[in-house]
Amino acid sequence: MNKIVSKEYFSDKVAKLVVEAPLIAKARKAGHFVIVRTKEKGERIPLTIASSDIDAGTITLVVQAVGKTSQELIDLNEGDFIQDVVGPLGKATHIEKYDNTVVCCGGGVGVAPLLPIVEAFHKAGNRVVVVLAARTKDLVILEDEMRKISDEVIIMTDDGSYGNKGLVTQGVEDVINREKVDLCVTIGPAIMMKFVSKLTEKYNVPTVASLNTIMVDGTGMCGACRITVGGKTKFVCVDGPEFDAHQVDFDEMLMRLNSYKELEK
Amino acid sequence: MATIEQLKEERAQQWREDLRKSMKNKERTDIPRVKMNELDPAYRITCNEEVNCGLTKEQAQTEAKRCLDCADPSCIKGCPVSINIPKFIKNIERGHFEDAAQAIKETSSLPAVCGRVCPQEKQCEAQCIHLKMKKPAVAIGYLERFAADYERENGLMKVPQMAPANGIKIAVVGSGPAGLACANDMAKMGYDVTVFEALHEIGGVLKYGIPEFRLPNDIVDAEINIMKQMGVKFEPNVVIGRTLSYDDMHEMGFKGIFVGSGAGLPRFMNIKGENLIGVMSANEYLTRINLMGAAKAECATPVLNGKNIAIIGGGNTAMDSVRTAKRMGAERAMIVYRRSLEEMPARQEEIHHAMEEGVEFMTLHNPIEYIGDDKGHVRQMVLQKMELGEPDASGRRSPVEIPGATETIDVDVVVVSVGVSPNPLIPSSISGLEVSKWGTVIVNQETMQSDVKDIFAGGDIVRGGATVILAMGDGRRAAENMDKYIKWQE
Repeated sequence: MNKIVSKEYFSDKVAKLVVEAPLIAKARKAGHFVIVRTKEKGERIPLTIASSDIDAGTITLVVQAVGKTSQELIDLNEGDFIQDVVGPLGKATHIEKYDNTVVCCGGGVGVAPLLPIVEAFHKAGNRVVVVLAARTKDLVILEDEMRKISDEVIIMTDDGSYGNKGLVTQGVEDVINREKVDLCVTIGPAIMMKFVSKLTEKYNVPTVASLNTIMVDGTGMCGACRITVGGKTKFVCVDGPEFDAHQVDFDEMLMRLNSYKELEK
Repeated sequence: MATIEQLKEERAQQWREDLRKSMKNKERTDIPRVKMNELDPAYRITCNEEVNCGLTKEQAQTEAKRCLDCADPSCIKGCPVSINIPKFIKNIERGHFEDAAQAIKETSSLPAVCGRVCPQEKQCEAQCIHLKMKKPAVAIGYLERFAADYERENGLMKVPQMAPANGIKIAVVGSGPAGLACANDMAKMGYDVTVFEALHEIGGVLKYGIPEFRLPNDIVDAEINIMKQMGVKFEPNVVIGRTLSYDDMHEMGFKGIFVGSGAGLPRFMNIKGENLIGVMSANEYLTRINLMGAAKAECATPVLNGKNIAIIGGGNTAMDSVRTAKRMGAERAMIVYRRSLEEMPARQEEIHHAMEEGVEFMTLHNPIEYIGDDKGHVRQMVLQKMELGEPDASGRRSPVEIPGATETIDVDVVVVSVGVSPNPLIPSSISGLEVSKWGTVIVNQETMQSDVKDIFAGGDIVRGGATVILAMGDGRRAAENMDKYIKWQE
């Protein structure tokens, strides 16, 4: 059982939960995720870790209510307990120093797991430009936190209510056109990552996507998370969650994400 | 394990002598082999109740009379952990059921489990003297189960005799049969044992894999409860190699580590359409239903269901999957297997039960493609028809394609049960641990010790894919040698 130490709403569907998990806080690195089960009869869902505090023994999760379980999770309050939290799982982000810019782009709650990755690349001495995308101004999250750990933050909103009007791809393309980019990291809805990948492929910019698929155990046992990368089947939980975006079959991934859509209705 | 002298000594005890003389061998061999009491197939596919109901006292005692209490009992040689089989059977014959259970426990840690899931027909029973006389073997497995169930159902399970606590901490990674057996023995020897489990439930494959209609969870939990009373600590939700590193474990003071992390990665066949919605591994199918309770209204985890469910493979996991599919309401539950019934690796009993339950066996068929609808959901599969060729390296006749002979059939769900590879989490996170090309941890076969001296391993992480009893035997052997290693260190 893991206690929720604090909770903050970013919007009515997105909440930040700080959860007691001292071992995970100590072991986790950028790119890792956890599997969470909210209650005794609940299902197991994967969530990427946004940050951790080793001294306090806590990890931070940013959760968007997209289904029954994620809704249950954000309905929990400060002081409540989460049944199970296990991790850190997956492979950590490969961090290195590049000669030129690293662009990190995120959409929706994908911005949260992007945070530690931005931080790690920045700490390694890279110039890091962050592109944050949201439908509208109120849904832009973690902007201040990003500004503290990067060289520049570009905001894109679909309706132009904040930052620049346009999609995440436009923001990324602008950066690629004005400076030399050595790496792009993208985390967000699968459809967003697909289009970011298409864009950077055009410009030959190596791109890493962090994928969030359906999982059960999260340790390689079930294969629910499998995707095709470069024509080969990979398990997101143990081979990923980060992959060369240009090799990922996003259409298949989008299809598989709908596996239980009809049953959830 | 008892030595030959001990076996002889025990056999020479007066009560055994008297029992042997109480009946002629001819009378014993004339008794027909007992039939297991079973639930009716039509009823059992509507629920998850255990199919085999066990033997009554009378049935068990009659069956026990069939055992000739041989001077050189070959059945013991057939048992991977060398249970003193005549001793426990003769105790059943004389009505000392608790003593029978104790006799099994001298060598086996989980008799109620092994009595249910061991392939006795290939082990102890395959060596029974009755077979040489063209009679069916003594039902050793049924009797083992009877003794263990008698003990549990009558509240006679108790903490075994334990050595005084020595305060030495050891860790067990994985709470399946290998881990539980190792933990049990180490605790008995006085060690301070902590079992780490990656999932939220203790029991490993006994919980997520084997369905309740074959092994009820209560039986596993009863064993775990005794171990808790013995002072064994269980830590679920801890992934060794991730949550805690090898170095962390040293810092925590563990002097020995047993790795029984099991078979992890399910294998697929790499054929077209295998990633369509509705095609999944047996591990996923069984985990969703057994561990996550997908069939129960109160549980949140979903599982895909359908009218036509095909299971690819012919092992015990395939039988567990197909019989589960039947219970989930499939109209057509099929086993698709590329060889014939004769080569099928599943236990005879499982095949027999599956047939009784209306499972279709499409032997000599092999899937070559899955076809989906516009939403990516599997709807059909193309099967290649096969025939048997020459025996291959495994001694089984290998299947050969019949050119041009294919068949397309409707399916809503496909469960792929063609084997598993070892879980890579531990081998990949401990440097210096020697791993085979199959990903199994390499250990000394005698001692179960790895190249990293304080790490021992057993079960599927070493064998690739084995049985509960072999895993348990590994765990016990590792415990014996870990104890020696730790004492030698001091």
